[in-house]
Amino acid sequence: MSGTSITAEPPPREAPPSHARGAGDRLRKWAVAAAFLGPAAVFLGVWIVYPAVRTIIRSFFDKDGNEFVWIDNYKELFTTDLLRTAIKNNALWVAVVPALVTAIGLIFAVLTERVRWSVAFKTAVFMPMAISLLAAGVIWRLMYIQDPDQGTLNAGIAAAKAVVSPTGVLPTASPSTPQLVGQPGKTLTLKKPLQPGDVALLGLTAIPPEAVPAGAAQAVDPQPVRNGITGVVWRDFKPGGGVVGKVEQQEQGLPRVKVDLRESGGKRIASTTTADDGTFAFDDLDAGRYTVAISGQTFAKPFGGFSWLGTKLITPSVMIAYIWVWAGFAMVVIAAGLAAIPRDVLEAARTDGATEWQVFRRVTVPLLAPILSVVFITMVINVLKVFDIVISVAPGSSQAEANVIALAMWRISFSGVAGDFGVGSAIAVFLFILVLPVLLLNVRRFRREV
Amino acid sequence: MAVAEAEARMAPRVVGESVAQRILRVAAKAPVHIVLIVIGLLWLVPTFGLFFTSLLAPSDIAAGGWWQVFSKPSLATLQSYSDLYNNGSIRHSLWTTLQIAVGATVLPIFVAALAGYAFAWLDFPGRDWLFVFVIALLVVPLQMALIPIFSLYNDLGLFDTVLGLVLFHTAFGLPFAIFLLRNFFIGIPKDVLESARIDGASELRIFLRLILPLGLPAIASLAIFQFLWTWNDLLVALTFGRDTQPITVAILSQLSEFGSSIEIIAPASFVSLVLPLAVFFAFQRYFVQGLLAGSVK
Repeated sequence: MSGTSITAEPPPREAPPSHARGAGDRLRKWAVAAAFLGPAAVFLGVWIVYPAVRTIIRSFFDKDGNEFVWIDNYKELFTTDLLRTAIKNNALWVAVVPALVTAIGLIFAVLTERVRWSVAFKTAVFMPMAISLLAAGVIWRLMYIQDPDQGTLNAGIAAAKAVVSPTGVLPTASPSTPQLVGQPGKTLTLKKPLQPGDVALLGLTAIPPEAVPAGAAQAVDPQPVRNGITGVVWRDFKPGGGVVGKVEQQEQGLPRVKVDLRESGGKRIASTTTADDGTFAFDDLDAGRYTVAISGQTFAKPFGGFSWLGTKLITPSVMIAYIWVWAGFAMVVIAAGLAAIPRDVLEAARTDGATEWQVFRRVTVPLLAPILSVVFITMVINVLKVFDIVISVAPGSSQAEANVIALAMWRISFSGVAGDFGVGSAIAVFLFILVLPVLLLNVRRFRREV
Repeated sequence: MAVAEAEARMAPRVVGESVAQRILRVAAKAPVHIVLIVIGLLWLVPTFGLFFTSLLAPSDIAAGGWWQVFSKPSLATLQSYSDLYNNGSIRHSLWTTLQIAVGATVLPIFVAALAGYAFAWLDFPGRDWLFVFVIALLVVPLQMALIPIFSLYNDLGLFDTVLGLVLFHTAFGLPFAIFLLRNFFIGIPKDVLESARIDGASELRIFLRLILPLGLPAIASLAIFQFLWTWNDLLVALTFGRDTQPITVAILSQLSEFGSSIEIIAPASFVSLVLPLAVFFAFQRYFVQGLLAGSVK
């Protein structure tokens, strides 16, 4: 919206017929023009031109504005950690966001091109453009809540993860005897190798009563079988004390625990799950040595959620929210450009035997290049000035890591008791220098077209 | 959005196509439809998330996600909205926002229309140079003005006033507004103006009776832009206001408080986006036109 890049120029025209007859007429023309331009001149002069000049001058003075400090304020830009972080982040924004927004806009525009209900899709994607970046920030702050029970994004990931690797039946548990070895939360292996006819006692403790899987029954001491290995996985804990490593009354079997059987080489040859009383059996085994292990899946922790708003992910998180807002802009502008491509050019390419991809890559994209560059440049300017979305998505705890130039400028100048207008002005001028190439580009384009 | 355009660009239906061919043709496009439906829904989820969150009691929000509303519709309540309605400061913020947005829409349009007409149809020396200067101002970041205007407003007593905000928005809305209107006005047929001039109409009369009515489509686009832009502003109001808080600033101050009060933030955010959305849906066509006029040929 602001920071619009321009190429538009209506057809050239002749100047209105000149009735100029001498200086008097010329003066009259000036007077009329001045009357029409006056209000605009006042606004542009007082609110843009004068302050811009003042800001440039102010940037060479110290905090209080009394002492001329030459470029010291500009040095701060590259020496203080806070500002270096802001510039680094903003560089990342420029490197990532305009390209992504343009690419997404192009993809959406092409996909919707020949779809009958494209208006509905475009409206859905374009809608965030109408709402404030602050509201968009609030929306995404809710999306990003870490607890998968509350944050939409983590809830979605948790649901997808539950399909691929479900939460184990015993997220917290540890072996009751040193016979069972392994990393916490990983596979627990019975140290002693077993032979057919042996019994494996796999005792676990540190399981809170409410974490015992539903349906657990009194644990049973397994009977040995001739050609197999039997065993039990049970909660080796008896209220009031008991003997460790021994199945006793009031101790529960742990159902649905996955138990692996490995041969001496370590290769897994069979798996089974325990019954309600905790027992399991591997039958029909050849003579030899085997090891028994409780599979690590048993202890898989539930997904705790990504910390989207934490210090590590905060900048990508804010970018996602921003792309969500701006993709619609890119899509609409590119779609309009797409609609202007002559149909027969594409048809000619197809008739010549080009595949759809070739048509897209060799015909559509080159013809769209001017529009793609306008979208890209507009986004670069917007991204350089990004402010609202950062302040609203990033919570106080990670705002320092998410800092950007415009936010740093505002904080240094206006938040706190005494702002530093010297450094603040220098940051503003720095921002202005960054958009200067676009300003010159706009001016050159216009001069050429006139 | 350009419905007619989209229809016109639909693949031409092949004449004499058999039913089998037709089914094949539709099936071939099925993946595209599915992808679009999924993306479209994904794009809507965040906004709906905010809406459904605003319908839950704070204790329910703490207990689980907004999707609870679907499993237990009885949880939905308008309590937070009625609280919001009774919250004097939020009501006042909405009123302030409306004042700023309306003022900062009407004023720049009027000023820009005058200037746009001068740039399009008045002949005076230096016209093109002045216009190029306006174009140069298009991308000047408003950060360049914040500090001096802050001092100026303090001196003039404009700090923390609606008027101060309106004037600032007006100035920074002008370059785009003048650019857009000048380009639109210049497309008005020359004969129309010439005959009016020959009839002896004054420039002001021509402006009021001819240019403004003929320029209405462009003015509508501009009005929507400017309204959304100023309604949604945060930075300007945050800088030049303290008690004059539009809704964005009010929400932000809730957001930064320790233990943010979601039962205010969620409904207030939703209320703040209802009006811009309504404007957007009602005048989508003008909005898109303005966007295109501003960015591409």
